[in-house]
Amino acid sequence: MRKALAVGRKELAQVLRDRLTLAILLLVPVLLLLLFGYALNWDVRHVRLAVMDRDRTAESRQLLSSFVNSTYFDVVATPSSMAGIERLMDRGEARAALVIPEGMTRDLAAGRTAAVQVLVDGDNANTASTVFGYAQAIVRGASADRLGASTGAPAAPISVEPRIWYNPELASSLFLVPGLIAFIVMISCVVATALSIVREKERGTWEQVRMAPIATPSYIIGKSVPYFLLSLAAAFLVIAAAMLLFGLPMRGSWPLLAGSVALFVLGGLGTGLLVSTLFDTQATAFLASLLISLLTTLVLSGFIFPIASMPAVIQYVTFIVPARYFIVILRGILLKGIGFAPLALEFAALGVYVTAVMSLASIRLARERG
Amino acid sequence: MPSSLSAPAVTVRDLSRRFGRFLAVDRVSFDVGRGEIFGFLGSNGAGKSTTIRMLCGLLRPSSGSAVVDGIEVTRDPEEVKQRIGYMSQRFSLYELLTVQENIRFFGGMYGLDDRALRTRGAYVLKMAGLEGRERTLARDLAGGWRQRLALGCAILHEPRILFLDEPTGGVDPVSRREFWRLIDGLSGQGVTVFVTTHYLDEAEHCHRLALMHAGRLAALGTVAELKRVFSGRLVVEVRTASPMAALRALDGVPSVEKSSPFGTALHVWLRPGETDVAPLRDRLRASGIEAESLDLVEPSLEDVFMDVVEREERTAA
Repeated sequence: MRKALAVGRKELAQVLRDRLTLAILLLVPVLLLLLFGYALNWDVRHVRLAVMDRDRTAESRQLLSSFVNSTYFDVVATPSSMAGIERLMDRGEARAALVIPEGMTRDLAAGRTAAVQVLVDGDNANTASTVFGYAQAIVRGASADRLGASTGAPAAPISVEPRIWYNPELASSLFLVPGLIAFIVMISCVVATALSIVREKERGTWEQVRMAPIATPSYIIGKSVPYFLLSLAAAFLVIAAAMLLFGLPMRGSWPLLAGSVALFVLGGLGTGLLVSTLFDTQATAFLASLLISLLTTLVLSGFIFPIASMPAVIQYVTFIVPARYFIVILRGILLKGIGFAPLALEFAALGVYVTAVMSLASIRLARERG
Repeated sequence: MPSSLSAPAVTVRDLSRRFGRFLAVDRVSFDVGRGEIFGFLGSNGAGKSTTIRMLCGLLRPSSGSAVVDGIEVTRDPEEVKQRIGYMSQRFSLYELLTVQENIRFFGGMYGLDDRALRTRGAYVLKMAGLEGRERTLARDLAGGWRQRLALGCAILHEPRILFLDEPTGGVDPVSRREFWRLIDGLSGQGVTVFVTTHYLDEAEHCHRLALMHAGRLAALGTVAELKRVFSGRLVVEVRTASPMAALRALDGVPSVEKSSPFGTALHVWLRPGETDVAPLRDRLRASGIEAESLDLVEPSLEDVFMDVVEREERTAA
């Protein structure tokens, strides 16, 4: 244990003196959160809208104002022909267009259905479907108002009030931030740990470590503890920043959150140790660490791409991705405020990952030390 | 007690190591006595480092046995690691740590407690001449100091046997001399020093030398014993302005066994029994080559080394 302590103390002294590693561990995570937090936003606001009102009645103007009042749309042009709309859409000056046909009011008054046309620029499918959804909702709202007004009965006698739980404003950032936290923590954890060992191989100090009469588990403990503490600090720095900047709520228990973060950080450390046994230069180890963290936290975790829509084989692969469980836990604790019981399975899965990766790393490191 | 003082510090029997089809070390056997400075010579790839790594428990032998401080290395490599000190060619200190922190780290890795760390740390600082520079970062130390600190870190736990793998690479001559003074001192205290080097001048510090060539132990003995290989043969050092022409001219002289460049001069081996320098002088004069001097000299270690390597190559062919 004295030996592990010596390793730990040395590692800590080294990290604290190595400004670059320290920055990677503590500052880069927050920086990444800022970058991704603002860039990864699926909410659509202030869509540039072109309007061609051929009806020119009070009704048509009312429909138009409900588009503007929604704040989702800004009317940027009122072309007088379809050709004008086309030109605006082609140039990207308008992202959507609303065409109110001549005689809409007359048709409605006669009890016939009137069709308004909504054109959406589909080059970004995500945005397009969101915009289309907004437009539909606004038109539906307007027609319901009209229905109520024309019959004199209270508008919409049976009202369905849609209520969205956990994320009432449907702010996508709230949904994304837990994934971001997992991504950032994983990257800094894996990179820092892998480099700390590969650096020793490059500098030749590894030879000295191999020569020392220290058991590999003691060495791993000594090597990991400083990075564990620093990564834990970095993780909570990121969580705190997310609360300040993105209004991330905390509805659950802090100890449970700390426990899950600690478990995930251990998984990251183990992964980093394992990577360090596969590579001999810092450059390759860095790239491998980056690739592994990106793959496991961005692509295969359900953070951006829903796991349910992945091919079956890939879905099985995601079972060994720790971020998959961690993101569910984070969303559960932070957004829903649920306790341990509903998350037990995810905690168990994380525990299994940590045990497996740490054992594998120990075996490989022990073999490498000879 | 297996590690009694009378028993050899290191006993090696038929030690071999194969890497795939390449035989890096080929049935090497030798003993190293207590307190001896045992030099391991050989060109790069001769098998020196492979041998030292097997002795230190870093590498498993393919066959044969190695006993270090009374312990069969393959049976308990961890115990061997605890008992020996090791310092490799790139003296591996942690650059971002201070002198004091390096000492504390290496001491800790070898399980020294705080009190032992204090007394041994002070000793090492004094030995390396680093008193007062405890807070200097290792990377800011000049080569010689670094090397002495690395040596100090390797002997913090008072090992009975010290393995040095090309310890003086890239260090200036003054620091090298200072380093060897420390090694002599350790040997005087009864520490066995096993050192690999390819500086032949350093080999003169060793009590005994082992010469490795192509994985085999080509020669073993004291410096004097090795030079006795030449008994009955004399070496003539020829100094001339045109050594290459002289080399060609002297090759034809019947009493000459062989000749080769030696620094700026030539070393000419006479055949056994030949003692006369006159035929050489005559031949040079006949070839119109001005000889500055022709002197009988004692063969140097380099001569011995070249001779041994040549003989090995001949028997291998």
